[in-house]
Amino acid sequence: MRIIPGPQKIDRFMKQIWIIARRELKSFFDSLMAYIMIIAFLGFSGFFTWLYVADIFFQGQASLQVFFSIAYWTLFFFIPALTMGLLAEENRSGTIELLLTKPVEDWQVVLGKFLATFLLIAIAIGLTLPYYITVANIGPVDHGAVISGYVGLLLMSGSYIAIGLFASSFSNNQIVGFLAALFIGIMFHWIFGMISMNFGGFFADLFHFLSTSSHFDSMSRGVIDFTDLLYFLSIMVIGLVATESILSKKHQ
Amino acid sequence: MDIVIRNLTKKYGAQRAVDDISFTVKTGEILGFLGPNGAGKTTTMKAITSYLIPDEGDVLVGNYSVNKDSQEVKKSIGYLPEHNPLYLDMAVIDYLRFVAELQGVSKDKINGRILEMIDVCGLEAEKHKKINELSKGYRQRVGLAQALIHDPEVLILDEPTTGLDPNQIVEIRELIRKIGREKTVILSSHILAEVEATCDRIIIINRGKIVADGTSEELRKHSQGKEILRVTVEGVERDAFIREAQQVSTVEQVDPLDDEGSYEIQSRPDLSSRKSIFALCCEKNWVLTELTPIQTKLEDIFHELTMDR
Repeated sequence: MRIIPGPQKIDRFMKQIWIIARRELKSFFDSLMAYIMIIAFLGFSGFFTWLYVADIFFQGQASLQVFFSIAYWTLFFFIPALTMGLLAEENRSGTIELLLTKPVEDWQVVLGKFLATFLLIAIAIGLTLPYYITVANIGPVDHGAVISGYVGLLLMSGSYIAIGLFASSFSNNQIVGFLAALFIGIMFHWIFGMISMNFGGFFADLFHFLSTSSHFDSMSRGVIDFTDLLYFLSIMVIGLVATESILSKKHQ
Repeated sequence: MDIVIRNLTKKYGAQRAVDDISFTVKTGEILGFLGPNGAGKTTTMKAITSYLIPDEGDVLVGNYSVNKDSQEVKKSIGYLPEHNPLYLDMAVIDYLRFVAELQGVSKDKINGRILEMIDVCGLEAEKHKKINELSKGYRQRVGLAQALIHDPEVLILDEPTTGLDPNQIVEIRELIRKIGREKTVILSSHILAEVEATCDRIIIINRGKIVADGTSEELRKHSQGKEILRVTVEGVERDAFIREAQQVSTVEQVDPLDDEGSYEIQSRPDLSSRKSIFALCCEKNWVLTELTPIQTKLEDIFHELTMDR
C-alpha cells in the first residue's frame, strides 16, 4: 500500500513524469506529427469558422459558438491519431520493457504520455486565441462563454486522450489503437446522444448524461456545471486507471 | 553488490518457465547464463530487473528485494534486454540523455557521463545520428551505453552479442570484461565459446532448472570422469596395437581414428592410461609420436546436460 508521499517524493514523482512527457512531446515534433496536427486543426477550424456558409458572420452576434462546434468534431478525429502509437509502438518495438526497467512506475509512464498529448492539444487550441481576439473586435463578446468553451474543449480533449491511451495500450498495432479509440470515442461523442433521444425515462437520462455533447454544449454556451466537470474528470480517471492496469499486466 | 536469487519461480499458465531456482552472484563476478532457447534465461533476467514479478521466491539486489523495493533495485541495475529495443527516432546523444535523466543522474554530471559512455562504447562519430541510421553493431553499443550510463553496480545483459560480426563480438566481449572487474555482471547466451571466453562462472539452465554451476574447468571435471587420449604410434599394425592396448588394465576402449596410426583411447572412470601407454610403447619398441589428453568440449557438456531424455 502506498501512503501519502512527502513533498520530496512528489517532486521526484513529477520529475519522472515530466522526463517522459518531454521525450514524447519532442517525438511528436520531430516526426512532424505535431506540425501536421496543428496545421490541419487550424485549417479545418479556420475554414469552417470564417469561410464556410454557416460561418461566424451569419450568427448575428459576436460569439465563438461555430468554432467550438467545429473543434468539437476535429479534435474527436485528431486525438486518436496522436494517441494511437503512444503505447502500441512501445509494445511493438519492445521499448516498453526498457522504460519499465528504469526507476519509473507504471503510473509515471501513463501520466507522462497523457501529459505530452494534452500539452500538444493545448498548444493547438491556444493557437486559436486570435479567433477570439478577432471576434472581440467585431462586437461585444460574452467573455465568460468563451472561457468556459475553451475549458470545455480542454476537458473533452483530456477525456479523449485518456480513451486513446487506453486503446493504444492493449495492442502492439497502431491501427488497432486508432480504430479502438475512435470506436470507444464515437460512443460518447455521438451514439449515446442518439440513443437517449430514442428512449424515454431513466435510459434517456442515463444516455444523455453519458453523452459528451450534452456536457460540452452547455459549456460552450458558458454554463459550467459541477456535473460537467465531474463527467470529464471521471472519463479521464477511468481511462488512465484502465491503461495503468493493462500496463501492469506486463509484470505478470 | 551481490545478487541473491532465492527459490525463484515464474509460471506462464501451467508451464513453469523458471522452477525454484536459487543462486548467488558476487561482486566482481561475471556470470554466464547458458541454456537452450526457452530454458528460462530471459525470464530469470527479467525477474532480476524487476520487470516480471516472481510468482514465488525473491531476488535480492544488494539489500533490496524486487518484491518490496523494485524502484531501488532498478536504480542499481543496468539492463540490456534481448533484441536491444531502442527509440529509433531519437539521436544517440538525446537518447542517452533521456536514459540518464530517468536514472536520476544529477544535472551537473549528465554531460560528463554521456561523453564518457560515447567514448567507452566508441560512438564518437555516431553521436548525432538517429538510432535508425545505425548498423546493428552500433545499436548494440548504444544499448550497452544506455545500460551503463548511471554507472550501475549490476549489469544484466541478455544475449549481448547476437547479430554482431566476429570483430564486433570480440570488441563487445573485451568491453564486458573491462567493465566486469568492478561490477556484478550476468550475461546470457547460447553461444558456448562466448560464455567460456567472457565469464568467470557458468550456470547452465534447462527447462527452468539449474543443471550445472561452476567454472568451465569445474564443469568439465564433473561432466565426465573419463580421460580421453589421442595417441599416434608408428611401427605397428593397427589390429596389433588395438589388441595390445586393450590388454592394459586402465584402458576401456580403443578406437582407430585414421589409417596413419592415430587412435583415441578412453580410460576407465577416474583412471589415467598415459603412463601405461607410454610404457607399452617402450616395451614393444613402437615409436610414440603423439600423446595428447583431449579436453571435453563445453559443447559436449552442454549437450549432455540439456538433451531431453
